[in-house]
Amino acid sequence: MKISVCVGSSCHLKGSYKIIEKFKECIAANGLEDSVTLQAAFCLGKCTNGVSVKMDDEIVCGVSEENAEAVFNQYVLQKSGR
Amino acid sequence: MATIRKFDTKVQHLKYKVLREVARYAFEDRLLDCYHDIPKKIVPGPKPTMRCCIYKERAIVEERIRLALGGDPENPNVIEVIEIACDECPVGGYQVTESCRGCIAHRCEDVCRRGAITFDEHQKAHIDKEKCIECGQCAKVCPYSAIANNKRPCENACKVKAIRRNENMAASIDNDKCIACGACVYQCPFGAIVDKSFLLEVINLLKASEDNTKYKVYAIVAPSISSQFSYAKLGQIITAIRRLGFYHVVEVALGADMVAYEEAAELAEKGFLTSSCCPAFVDYIHKQFPSLVKDISHNLSPMATIARHIKKTDPEAKIVFIGPCTAKKMEAQKESVQPWVDSVLTFEELQALIDARDIDIPSLEETALDNASYYGRIFARSGGLTDAVREALKERGLTDFDFQPVSCDGIEACRTALLKASKNVLPGNFIEGMACVGGCIGGAGCLTHGEKNKNEVDKYGQEAMEKTITSAIEFTR
Repeated sequence: MKISVCVGSSCHLKGSYKIIEKFKECIAANGLEDSVTLQAAFCLGKCTNGVSVKMDDEIVCGVSEENAEAVFNQYVLQKSGR
Repeated sequence: MATIRKFDTKVQHLKYKVLREVARYAFEDRLLDCYHDIPKKIVPGPKPTMRCCIYKERAIVEERIRLALGGDPENPNVIEVIEIACDECPVGGYQVTESCRGCIAHRCEDVCRRGAITFDEHQKAHIDKEKCIECGQCAKVCPYSAIANNKRPCENACKVKAIRRNENMAASIDNDKCIACGACVYQCPFGAIVDKSFLLEVINLLKASEDNTKYKVYAIVAPSISSQFSYAKLGQIITAIRRLGFYHVVEVALGADMVAYEEAAELAEKGFLTSSCCPAFVDYIHKQFPSLVKDISHNLSPMATIARHIKKTDPEAKIVFIGPCTAKKMEAQKESVQPWVDSVLTFEELQALIDARDIDIPSLEETALDNASYYGRIFARSGGLTDAVREALKERGLTDFDFQPVSCDGIEACRTALLKASKNVLPGNFIEGMACVGGCIGGAGCLTHGEKNKNEVDKYGQEAMEKTITSAIEFTR
């Protein structure tokens, strides 16, 4: 699975870097280093509703430091059947 | 006229008007049909306002259009002379000034081998320019230093001595010496030296993207943008860039953060380094100090670094650099940069594009522009790169390294430092080279070159959300 966290200016100001950190922690905690690639994307086109994250082809908006783990669980863990 | 205030000089304004009209027709797909109308639009007549007659004025506008469309494809240089616009300034060479006291020694006459010096009834010297060969001997022997060497503004601006006079007395650029810094472009009072424009290339790139559906077009803007467009907020300029059809705008300052971080490690490893950010400085080393080429940092410039990074996240992306620099137009053609940067615009050209679309900047909402740290953003001014490398050394824990920077403000200062370095007598181990005085904010493609621009850059730096280089570039690693 490929996760792209938007780091466009608008999302950056809403804390994309912290979400990247959270996701890194989640990936490590679940030992998913080999199956999940985490990367940054410059703007996913949803500037007013950031932070935006793309999980494969699906864009998830409104991700925050608080709900990042829940989003990870919902979109990554459940989909990979864990 | 309010528009003029956007620029320092009327020459810039004239150049801008041509670019704007070319852009307007290009956006409307009418360039081929309409470009013959542009000279008449800009020089309506019937009275001339710049030259001897409106026909010459229009002929020069035609030449400006040619440059706006990319200039002479046979000429590899991005800086070109419009020969018919060159006024063949008569100030060239040695002239007797008011300080001549009409002495009776006449050393000037004795030393002149061409017999070019005569005296009037007050014993004051005169130089016959038909005979004078500009050797300067008379100036050397005058006890009152009354003979001055008046250089043309272009020759005076060109500190790398790349400008000469051709057989028609017009300015001529020696491409083997020219570093494309654009100093002559900004200084020529007749606007006879111009940087080639790639504005058409950018418009075509935007149009062919079909609203960023075929591929996405990113604008990457240099940190010196913070000192430009003083009549509007930076966020409004970013909105205006988006309205032109760009998908997203990214700070080159983030590339600068990445460069500073890598350069600190490279410096600590090698022990001596010159910066590689300023393309005119890098070109100058290649042309005048080949023995120091090995010491140029192997990092790409911030422009190329951020462009490469964006293309890693979006391989289909097209990237346009927007900045203060004419030399970036040359850098973008280099083999190592060309895969990452698709085209280059100056701030002057950006203004022309925005106005060609009749985008009213002061009425726009603001769009955020934030990724880089304070340190990446202050690259825009002289000394900023040095501050950033110092910070990066600290953040990397390379505190044992004895950092002795030499910040060179302008190409003359660069020359002095490089000369010393080539003879191993430079008191320092890092040369920050900026070809333009003041740094990038002194670039030839800037709209304005005000005293306050440095403060604007620092202020913009302090507004950055990321306070350290490491935190700004964390996600890029």
